[in-house]
Amino acid sequence: MTGPKIIFYILAAAIVVFSVLSVADRRILRAAIYLLFVLVAMAGLYYMMNFQFLAAVQLIIYAGGIVVLIIFSILLTSQINSKLDPPKLGNLLLGVITAIGGIAISAVTIVKYGFTPANQPAIEPTMRTIGHQLMDTSEYGYALPFEVIGILLLAALVGTIFIARKT
Amino acid sequence: MYDFAPLIDSINTWLNGHLSPLWAGIVSMVLLGVAILAFYAVLGLYLVYAERKICARMQNRLGPNRVGPGGLFQTIADLIKLLLKELIYIQNADALLFNIAPFIVIVASIMAIGSIPFAKGLQAVDLNIGVLYILAISSMGVIGVLIAGWASNNKYSVIGAMRSGAQVISYELSVGLALLCIITYAGSMQLSEIIKSQEDGWWLFKGHIPAVIAFVIYLIAGTAETNRGPFDLAEAESELTAGFHTEYSGIKFAFFFLAEYMNMFIIAALATTLFLGGWLPFHIYNFTFFNNLMDYIPPVIWFFTKTAFVIYVMMWFKWTFPRLRIDQLLALEWKYLLPISLLNLMVISFLTLMQWHF
Repeated sequence: MTGPKIIFYILAAAIVVFSVLSVADRRILRAAIYLLFVLVAMAGLYYMMNFQFLAAVQLIIYAGGIVVLIIFSILLTSQINSKLDPPKLGNLLLGVITAIGGIAISAVTIVKYGFTPANQPAIEPTMRTIGHQLMDTSEYGYALPFEVIGILLLAALVGTIFIARKT
Repeated sequence: MYDFAPLIDSINTWLNGHLSPLWAGIVSMVLLGVAILAFYAVLGLYLVYAERKICARMQNRLGPNRVGPGGLFQTIADLIKLLLKELIYIQNADALLFNIAPFIVIVASIMAIGSIPFAKGLQAVDLNIGVLYILAISSMGVIGVLIAGWASNNKYSVIGAMRSGAQVISYELSVGLALLCIITYAGSMQLSEIIKSQEDGWWLFKGHIPAVIAFVIYLIAGTAETNRGPFDLAEAESELTAGFHTEYSGIKFAFFFLAEYMNMFIIAALATTLFLGGWLPFHIYNFTFFNNLMDYIPPVIWFFTKTAFVIYVMMWFKWTFPRLRIDQLLALEWKYLLPISLLNLMVISFLTLMQWHF
């Protein structure tokens, strides 16, 4: 066992355990914190693969943004001793079956695919190349998706303000 | 001169020569961890001491002066007192979240310290996204504050946590934009590269007026992000009985307290690295004798002097300005600082495109 492998298994185990806990726990803020741990462990995996930019963005957007938003809404709406109702048996069974089905489909696909290791040297994903790629208007550039997402977010923001404003 | 890289390399080769790669990795991690933890604790204690002395000076008092010469060991005595104090468990609190909240706060600030360059070669990790990494890690601290307030099951704590959260996530924008100005100038996010780009002059001086504006915005927003006065309404003692850490006692309270001071150190160290040339000595153009003289002072001393200066300014803020109201606080960020920093960033991008900076 080498060092990176040990760290990988620790992170992977953390992801599995905390993602199960985050759907199984009936105290809603705890579930949010387990989700936070899952996201941080994913950032650790990205960092191990040397995608430092992606790891930092994962931390800023998911852990620092979305989880904080979730926690904020929990703080505003729920009390410390409020618990979610235990799920109905039918819903529980259906959920478990769906989850197992999803795992089975992905596992079968991954095992059957037979990944071939690339023989080209890895590209260092620096901030500069990411920035150029994001603003590139040629064939494999991401300028159009970037703009489309921007417009989508703007529309969502305007919609939220319209719904939330006092009449 | 004063380059730490050969020393670190020799330790590394010695470890790798005597141990298997796995154990060499573990031993170097432990060494690094112990070094950073010791640094963290000692510096935290002396920042508290400095704050009390400076506060006393501003209020025309003496401050701590009984334990040790000039009260130097006062904060160590305080720490021992906090370590011996009973940890009070609250019956109706969420025990798990209540216990992990201080650790989230303190782990976030310890991880940020790992990538700060103290001198040439004296940096635990030199990521190519250094600035973004520090911003990302320090945005985790607010989660600890939020769940600490909620898990305490105390209305004052929840109000304090909400205020603190609203404040931190809104001022984070201004901090990020102010740092982005210097990133635009330097063309890199790697902290060592940013320092290298300042060898012919600090960005505060060669970045024209926009850099000065960015520095001032960064100082204001940075002070707000650490929940310090005049932005300390999240833990206003007189209204909220200390906000989110009301229910914490003993060493857990000490964790929050230490983390607050270390966050201040991180903000100051980042200001030093980006605006004030990091560990580079102060040079005056074409004044060779003076420049050579300055080169003899070790970079570690330069780094800590500049950081201490920025920390002093932040403490000066705290003890001379009255506390803001929540509406003033949010108006300051969203109506003034954010538009100014966006405009400033545009000016700086233009200057960089035209190559008008030195």
